[in-house]
Amino acid sequence: MTAVLIAIAALLGLAAVFGAVLGFASEKFKVEGDPIVDQIDDLLPQTQCGQCGHPGCRPYAEAIAEGEEHNRCPPGGQDTVDALTDLLGRDAMTVDDDGAEDADVTKVAYIREDECIGCTKCIQACPVDAIVGAAKLMHTVIVDECTGCDLCVEPCPVDCIDMLEVKPTLQTWGWNRPAGIGQRPDSRIEVVNL
Amino acid sequence: MSLISSTSPHTTGKTDTGAFMRQVLYATLPGLAVLTWQFGWGSVINVLWAVLVALLSEAAILKARGRPLGFYLKDYSAVVTAVLLGLALPPTAPWWLTLIGVSFAIIVAKQLYGGLGMNPFNPAMVGYVLLLISFPAAMTRWIAPGQTPEPAQSWQLFLGQAGVDGFSGATPLDTFRTWAGNASELSGHAILHGQFAGLGWEWVNLAFLLGGLYLLARRIITWQIPAAFLLGVAVPALIASLVDPVRFAGPLFHLFSGGTMLGAFFIATDPVTAATSRLGRFIYALLIGVLIWVIRSFGGYPDAVAFSVLLLNLCAPFIDYYTQPRTYGHRKANRGVGS
Amino acid sequence: MLAKLFGGTHRKNRVYDFHGGVHPPENKQQSNGTAIQPGPLPARLILPLNMHIGAPAKPLVAPGDKVLKGQMIAEPVGAVSAAIHAPTSGTVSAIGPRPIQHPSGMDAICIVIDSDGEDRWVDHQGIADYTELSPGELVDTIRQAGIAGMGGAGFPTSIKVNLGDHQRVEQLIINAVECEPYITADDRLMRERAADIVAGIHILQYLLNPRRTLIGIEDNKPEAISAIKRACKGCDIEVRVVPTKYPSGGEKQLIQLLTGKEVASGQLPAQVGVVCQNVGTAFAIQRAVCHGEPLLSRITTLTGDAVAQPGNYETLLGTPVADLLQHGGVHSQQLGRLVMGGPMMGFTLHNPAVPVVKTTNCIIAASPQELPEPPPEQPCIRCGSCAEACPANLLPQQLYWHAKNDDLDKALHHNLMDCIECGACAYVCPSHIPLVQYYRYAKGEVRQRAADQVKADKARQRFEARQARIEQEQAEKEARRQARLEANRKKKEAGAAAPTGPSAEQAAALKQASLEASKAYKAAVKAAKTAEAQGDDNAADLKAEAERLKAVADKAKAAVRDAKADAPAVAAPADDAVASLKKQVGDASSAYKAAVKAAKDAEASGADDAGDLRARAEALKATADRLKAELRDAKANAPTTPAAPQTDPVAELKKQVGDASSAYKSAVKAAKEAEAQGADNAAELRAEADRLKAVADQLKADLRDAKANAPAPAKAAPAGKAPPADSPKVPESDAPQSVAGVDPEQAAKRQKRLKALKTAYNMAHKQYKDAHAALERAERHEELSADEFNAMQQKVDKLKGKADVARDALDALVEEAKADIRAHTGKDLKTLKLEAARAESALADKQQELAQRRDSAAEETLEALEAELKALETEAHIARKALKQAVEEQGLVEE
Repeated sequence: MTAVLIAIAALLGLAAVFGAVLGFASEKFKVEGDPIVDQIDDLLPQTQCGQCGHPGCRPYAEAIAEGEEHNRCPPGGQDTVDALTDLLGRDAMTVDDDGAEDADVTKVAYIREDECIGCTKCIQACPVDAIVGAAKLMHTVIVDECTGCDLCVEPCPVDCIDMLEVKPTLQTWGWNRPAGIGQRPDSRIEVVNL
Repeated sequence: MSLISSTSPHTTGKTDTGAFMRQVLYATLPGLAVLTWQFGWGSVINVLWAVLVALLSEAAILKARGRPLGFYLKDYSAVVTAVLLGLALPPTAPWWLTLIGVSFAIIVAKQLYGGLGMNPFNPAMVGYVLLLISFPAAMTRWIAPGQTPEPAQSWQLFLGQAGVDGFSGATPLDTFRTWAGNASELSGHAILHGQFAGLGWEWVNLAFLLGGLYLLARRIITWQIPAAFLLGVAVPALIASLVDPVRFAGPLFHLFSGGTMLGAFFIATDPVTAATSRLGRFIYALLIGVLIWVIRSFGGYPDAVAFSVLLLNLCAPFIDYYTQPRTYGHRKANRGVGS
Repeated sequence: MLAKLFGGTHRKNRVYDFHGGVHPPENKQQSNGTAIQPGPLPARLILPLNMHIGAPAKPLVAPGDKVLKGQMIAEPVGAVSAAIHAPTSGTVSAIGPRPIQHPSGMDAICIVIDSDGEDRWVDHQGIADYTELSPGELVDTIRQAGIAGMGGAGFPTSIKVNLGDHQRVEQLIINAVECEPYITADDRLMRERAADIVAGIHILQYLLNPRRTLIGIEDNKPEAISAIKRACKGCDIEVRVVPTKYPSGGEKQLIQLLTGKEVASGQLPAQVGVVCQNVGTAFAIQRAVCHGEPLLSRITTLTGDAVAQPGNYETLLGTPVADLLQHGGVHSQQLGRLVMGGPMMGFTLHNPAVPVVKTTNCIIAASPQELPEPPPEQPCIRCGSCAEACPANLLPQQLYWHAKNDDLDKALHHNLMDCIECGACAYVCPSHIPLVQYYRYAKGEVRQRAADQVKADKARQRFEARQARIEQEQAEKEARRQARLEANRKKKEAGAAAPTGPSAEQAAALKQASLEASKAYKAAVKAAKTAEAQGDDNAADLKAEAERLKAVADKAKAAVRDAKADAPAVAAPADDAVASLKKQVGDASSAYKAAVKAAKDAEASGADDAGDLRARAEALKATADRLKAELRDAKANAPTTPAAPQTDPVAELKKQVGDASSAYKSAVKAAKEAEAQGADNAAELRAEADRLKAVADQLKADLRDAKANAPAPAKAAPAGKAPPADSPKVPESDAPQSVAGVDPEQAAKRQKRLKALKTAYNMAHKQYKDAHAALERAERHEELSADEFNAMQQKVDKLKGKADVARDALDALVEEAKADIRAHTGKDLKTLKLEAARAESALADKQQELAQRRDSAAEETLEALEAELKALETEAHIARKALKQAVEEQGLVEE
């Protein structure tokens, strides 16, 4: 009987000691990490497009933190979903982009300026203030600021806004990923003027 | 007119994976020859049979995976696996033993992991261990030196139509393990006393060493793995035998017995499953060597190349992470897995 | 290790080693046997504004300008940039995009010069003794000469030789290694022009004041070594022969070879006290300083099996590769690959019109046998050959693995960015993996990711700034609204006499109804959509239902609007007469009540006069009733005082009708009571009731009229013309849009005015009608004196005049609006309407045609028809929209 009591006492003592040590450690070595919402927000592409059903990336980050599915960001694509999967330790998901074919094509809005009637509706729609212009004057898109969210396309009464694919420039051009195993890495080019 | 557009470099060396593998095959020839000289034609028959099985298994699985046959078969990797497994099997092995081992090696250990370059474990050794565990008796029946069967007898052994009792005997490693600690018995077994190591096996290992040196000379393999492997076997053996020569065999005996040389130059050097950095390879092979000595000296199996190689295959990625070389322009090497 | 420990002290001249490296076939003998020959003088030179690393130069010439050889045609912009000079005399024929020296094969802005064949120099002269110049002036000379690294990278030389005072140059290294196969330009240059090169090195020494000057040359160029050694005799330039190994000519590798130093990752050689210059650059500096010749040409090796006369050509910058190839005699049918640069790091050209630029040290026109098609990529067997070959001591197989799997973080952890893309790994790879391309791809992705991150951060900032701004605006708006409400409330309190209007409950109820209606509409839309998505048959029905509900919701909304408009009317100050009547009514009814009480008391006490009292009470009640009726009547007629002008006439009328009919009802009741009691005034009361009934009827009629004319229901009208169900492209928009050129502010103002005028007119018209009716009534009852009648008649006339004036003003404004539309759209309203109608009918015709031919016509025809239909739809939509916009913009309502 005493043996049992001693055992219980010893275990309790141990529990108390380790509890104290752990408690002390958690206080002493506390890591002031980014709140999870900030970390999620950092992973989101910040297009502020609202395709996730939230008014902007931050609200969606908050919603994800509260348990919403993390695959509702078509602009971020599968990469973003995977990164979120890693961050949150949730089940892997595929991005919910309705099977859009050109999902990974970067686009920017372009206003056909001679058709623009200056209604300012697109300016009001743009979540990042990337459209400039005044009432009755034609508007234009600041390409560098445009996130390609296409929220301005719908409100345009004269349908003068196009989403144009961003063509690579000498500065942004990059090599393709090689075709992979079993494929030749070269291609043939037709040369005419020689 | 059409011109080629490609990324640099526009010229490449003459090396080729297939050529690489063929060199390995050529380097096994001395070992195969000595095996045949010592133990009869069983090894040759088994190697050829293994190659046939390997090619058929590879072709079947490639077809099932919808991959082009010619492109993958001509890299000779399946042949190398088959030859190495064939060499490791006892010359008395019947056809079905080889069939099971080789097909398992190719189909499960290699192709199911994604084929060449993707397998974490050395396929030949996976096949070998499968057979060793499943058929321990058949896998340890080696031919006693001096009892070399005739070609016809070898063929009958291969077909499983003849008993092996007339030829078989314990290997030097087996004998030593049985009688370790018993000085009189050890000195009484002729098999333990060849020219410089175990009878018969010393020549086999010498031949594989020769082949290995050829590979080194052709820069097919680098020195780190064989050197570290042999060091890993020899150094503990030397120390232990100095301490207790009756209980532990000497370094020469260990180096030239069993599969030491085959393992050091042909098995552990399989680049796919080894560590990749120079230091990593050294550590990897050193640990294999030590593990071989440990299992031989203390374990339940007479030889341990396959187990040791597989165990270190498991550690290779980990070793790689901690042995990255110092990149030019960096003060320290990156260690660890990174972010 | 030992060598490292003791080398520094024992052997100052030792050559170190670097990790890795490969030994590709040199292939230099094809081109190094012949002396440097002059290149072609092409008819047209193409000079990219970016022949160097850094900012593109800024053109100083315009198309049509004549230029002389050596004339600066583009100036450097910013520090890291280089000038461009006309390589020959001629005319600038264009400045525009041309294919340039880039692996992408993309175009960039170039200055195109049509040469005149005279090759006439601009005035120029060298500096006799450059030591008289300060280093700063000399650097400027080099900058003005447009010299950029000739070895391959093209870094502007003026930057490299212009170090801060604090930076001490330990070693000046002249890179004459030329480790790439095929290239012999520097080799020939050293053999033939060693003295000029050494003179150039002296200039560099003067600029940099290095402790030591080293020339690194590979041991496969013995003639060049001896020529340079001869030229260096007696000066402090040390010639170092390095073993042939690729890539010993890489800047970092050469520094390691000659000094044993490593340039830290991400840093420049200057930070370890080393400056590296190409031997060709030294030559160009000598030409610029001693002869005043800017960089106009360079030695380019033209080689490869497809060239008849391989060799080195002194080529004018801007010479199209095609001209150079022709000059060297290219067998175009043998050509398999065209490489600019060496075979290890050069890039394939997409277009032979690409010009030779400052960095073009070699053009390889290779036959297909010489540089064959790369074999297909095989799986990596992790053989480690690449790691053995890597001069940066990377683990290329790991980099490959991570690059292939887009695992950029891992690749970066393996120091992807320290890869110099020398190609040694890919050269030795037995699996023929295009490793360099994988690394380039991964580097591009890394850069892209960094750029995306920057962009995302910026987008976030902008988004947050915008949110903050909108919130602030909302807050301000709310504050203004509150202030306004407060003001209204105060005003109301001031005019407290006013009744509190058509019950707030009523408005609330209306609002509720409206909300419910729109909810129902939304639900219906959703149902319709779901049905559509599921391909339900009744989707169309649901849609129709939704449309109906929308109409209901719109009506409800209009009602709410009306109610709101009504509200102020309540606050309108009542007529004095009404007030006094009210008072009388109050007095009368309290008198009546008192009388009743007295009568009851009397009855209870059995007083004699109870009967009298009761009779009196009855009389009083009748009086009170009459007064009440009068009050109502008065109220009904109250607008004789010009009440709130912005009240909605219909609502006003409604209220009046309500008042009138309740007056009539109570009058009838009073009359009945009177009759029942046999009162004397029963007949009178009956007459009064009749009169009131007439008033009510009249008002009702007015209300009907007003409703018919009211603008509110018309608002929903345009929505009625729904587009055909099979044209989803045409969006529904019932919000008014701006027509081009119309100032919305002005339009809004006009809209307001128009509304006010309409209200005023309606009011005036109603007053006139009321008055007229009252007059008629009075006439009928003959209860007015002649004077009174006349006064009333006058009043009616006056009201009629007022209404007419309002009508005229309204018409004028409408006309003005129409004119405005014409002014802004170039069309008048009628044209717009016509256009819309025409477009609609064309659309309908086309739809009919399509429907008819859907079964019979061919696929293409149908498609064409459909396309036409779509175009027409869009046209019709635009026309409709324009019309609607024009109309609504001006506040006009389609009648």
